[in-house]
Amino acid sequence: MKFIKYIGGIFTALRSLAGGMIVTWKELLTPKVTMEYPENRKTLVISDRWRSELIMPHDENNEHACTACGICMMNCPNGTIQVISSSIETEDGKKKKILDKHLWNYGSCTFCNLCVISCPSNAIVFNNDFEGAVFDKSKLLHRLNHEGSKLRDKKKESPATATDAIAKKENKEA
Amino acid sequence: MLIYSQPLELTKLLAAVDSFLQGNLTPGWAVLVKGILVGILILVVYALIALALIYIERKVAAFFQARLGPNRLGKYGVIQSLADMIKILIKEIIHINKADKLLFFVAPLFVIVASVLAFGALPFGMNLHALDFNIGVFYLLAVSSLGIIGILLAGWSSNNKYSMIGAMRSGAQFISYELSAGFSLMTIVVLSGSMQFSEIIEGQRYCWNLFNGHLPAIIAFVIYLISGHAETNRGPFDLPEAESELTAGYHTEYSGLQFGFFYLSEYLNMFIVAAVATTVFLGGWMPVQINGWESFNQAMWYIPSWAWFFGKAGLMMFLSLWVRWSFPRLRIDLLLNLEWKYLLPINLVNLLVMVVVVLSGFTLTDLFPALFGK
Repeated sequence: MKFIKYIGGIFTALRSLAGGMIVTWKELLTPKVTMEYPENRKTLVISDRWRSELIMPHDENNEHACTACGICMMNCPNGTIQVISSSIETEDGKKKKILDKHLWNYGSCTFCNLCVISCPSNAIVFNNDFEGAVFDKSKLLHRLNHEGSKLRDKKKESPATATDAIAKKENKEA
Repeated sequence: MLIYSQPLELTKLLAAVDSFLQGNLTPGWAVLVKGILVGILILVVYALIALALIYIERKVAAFFQARLGPNRLGKYGVIQSLADMIKILIKEIIHINKADKLLFFVAPLFVIVASVLAFGALPFGMNLHALDFNIGVFYLLAVSSLGIIGILLAGWSSNNKYSMIGAMRSGAQFISYELSAGFSLMTIVVLSGSMQFSEIIEGQRYCWNLFNGHLPAIIAFVIYLISGHAETNRGPFDLPEAESELTAGYHTEYSGLQFGFFYLSEYLNMFIVAAVATTVFLGGWMPVQINGWESFNQAMWYIPSWAWFFGKAGLMMFLSLWVRWSFPRLRIDLLLNLEWKYLLPINLVNLLVMVVVVLSGFTLTDLFPALFGK
C-alpha cells in the first residue's frame, strides 16, 4: 500500500510540475504591458485628475482671476503658498487688495488640492505637466501670476440677474 | 559511410594551424605552444559564454515575469553584460576582519578552477574537443566534485555563522545529488558501451541515446537534469544562496571579483550540465541524420556541428531557466528527502532495467538495425 502511494506520489508530482510549467509558458508568450517612458512621450495619456504643477490660468489679455484673498494660503497645510498683496486706492476711495506675487513652492507642496478647491474665484488649478524636476532648488519656487497681469474684471452680472436667467429657462420648460 | 561536405567546420583551420606550428618548431615546442593557445581559447570562450548567458538569463527571466529585462544599453540591452563585467572588475574587495585570509582568498579559485577543468572536456563540435580522454564521463564527474571544496571553504573562512550554515547545506546537497548524477550518466555508459565522449557521440549518429534506450534513458535524462540543477545550486534548489533567508549564503562576505568568480561559475556550471546532457542524451554535436536519406543528411551537415551543439545546449538551458522561474524553492529537508528517498532508488532500479534492456537486445538500434543501426 505504501509502495502504491509512493508511485502515485511521483506521478502526482510530475503532473503538478507540468501544470506549473504550462502557466509560466503562457506568461512567456503574453505581450508585455511595460511602458517605456522617454520613448512613449508622444502617446502618453495622463488622466485629468493627475495633479502635477499649480498654475494660474491667464487668458489672452494677460488677466487672471486671483483676488489675493489669501484663502489658499490659509488652507495650505504646510505653508507652501505665499500670497503677497498690496493695497491700492480705487476711484471710490476704498482700499482694495490686489495681487503682487503668488508664490508656490514645488518642492514642499503635498499636492493635496485644498488650495484649488477652496479658491472662491477658481483662480488656480493643477495641470498635467509632470516633468518638473530641476537641478537648482531655487528654481522650485514658482511665481504663478505672470508679469504685468491683472485681475480680470467681473462682468456686470449681479447675482440677481443670474438667478433671473435660470428662472426664465425653467418657465420655458414648464 | 559517405563523406559529407562540411563547409563551415573548423577542421581545416585547425589542421592548418597545427601543420604551421609543427613545420616551424621542434615537436616539444609545438605541443607547448598548442597547449597555451588552447588554454587561452578555452578561457576566452568561458568568459564569452558567461557574458552571453548572463544576458540571456536576465532577458528570459524578465519575459517569464511579465517585464522587459535590460533594454537600455544597446539595442535590446545587449551591452548590459559588458557593463556588468566592467563593474565587477572595478569593485572594491572588502577585507573581512577575522576571516582566515588564505582560505578566504583560495575558495573562489577552487570553484572557478573546477568549472574550467570540466569546461575543457566538453565536445563543442567536430574536432573541437580539447580533452578527449577514454574515461571522459568519469573525468567530468570527478572534476566537477572539486567545486564543493571551494564552497565549504568559503563558508568556513567567512567567519560568519550564516555563511557556514549555507555552506553546510550546500555541501550536503551537492554530495547527495552527485550520486544521482553519476548513476544516470552510468546508465548511459552502459547503453553506449564507452565512457569516451567522442565514441558516445559517434554512437548517436542515427539515433539519439534518449530514444535508443527508451524507458530507462528517458528516466535517466529526467533524473540527470534534476540532479544537475541541484548540484549547481540552480533552479528550485538554490537554498544555499537563498537571498531572503541567508543573504546569499556561502558567498555573503565576498565582493568584487571574488564574488564574480562564484557568479560566473554558477552560470557556467549550468552550461556544463546542459552541455553534458546534450552530449550524452541528445547526440552532442552530431547533426540529425537518417540512415539511407543521403541528401537529407547532407543538408543537415551544412549546419556546422558547433551550431548543433550550442542549439541543443541552448534548449537545455532554456529548460533550466523555465524551471527556475516556475517552482518554489525546496526546503533543505525536502531536498535531501527527494534525493535519498526518491531519486536514488529510482536510479538504481533504472540502472538495472537499462542493463537488462541492453543485454537482451531491446534498444532501438538492436530492434531496428536497418533504420537506426550503423
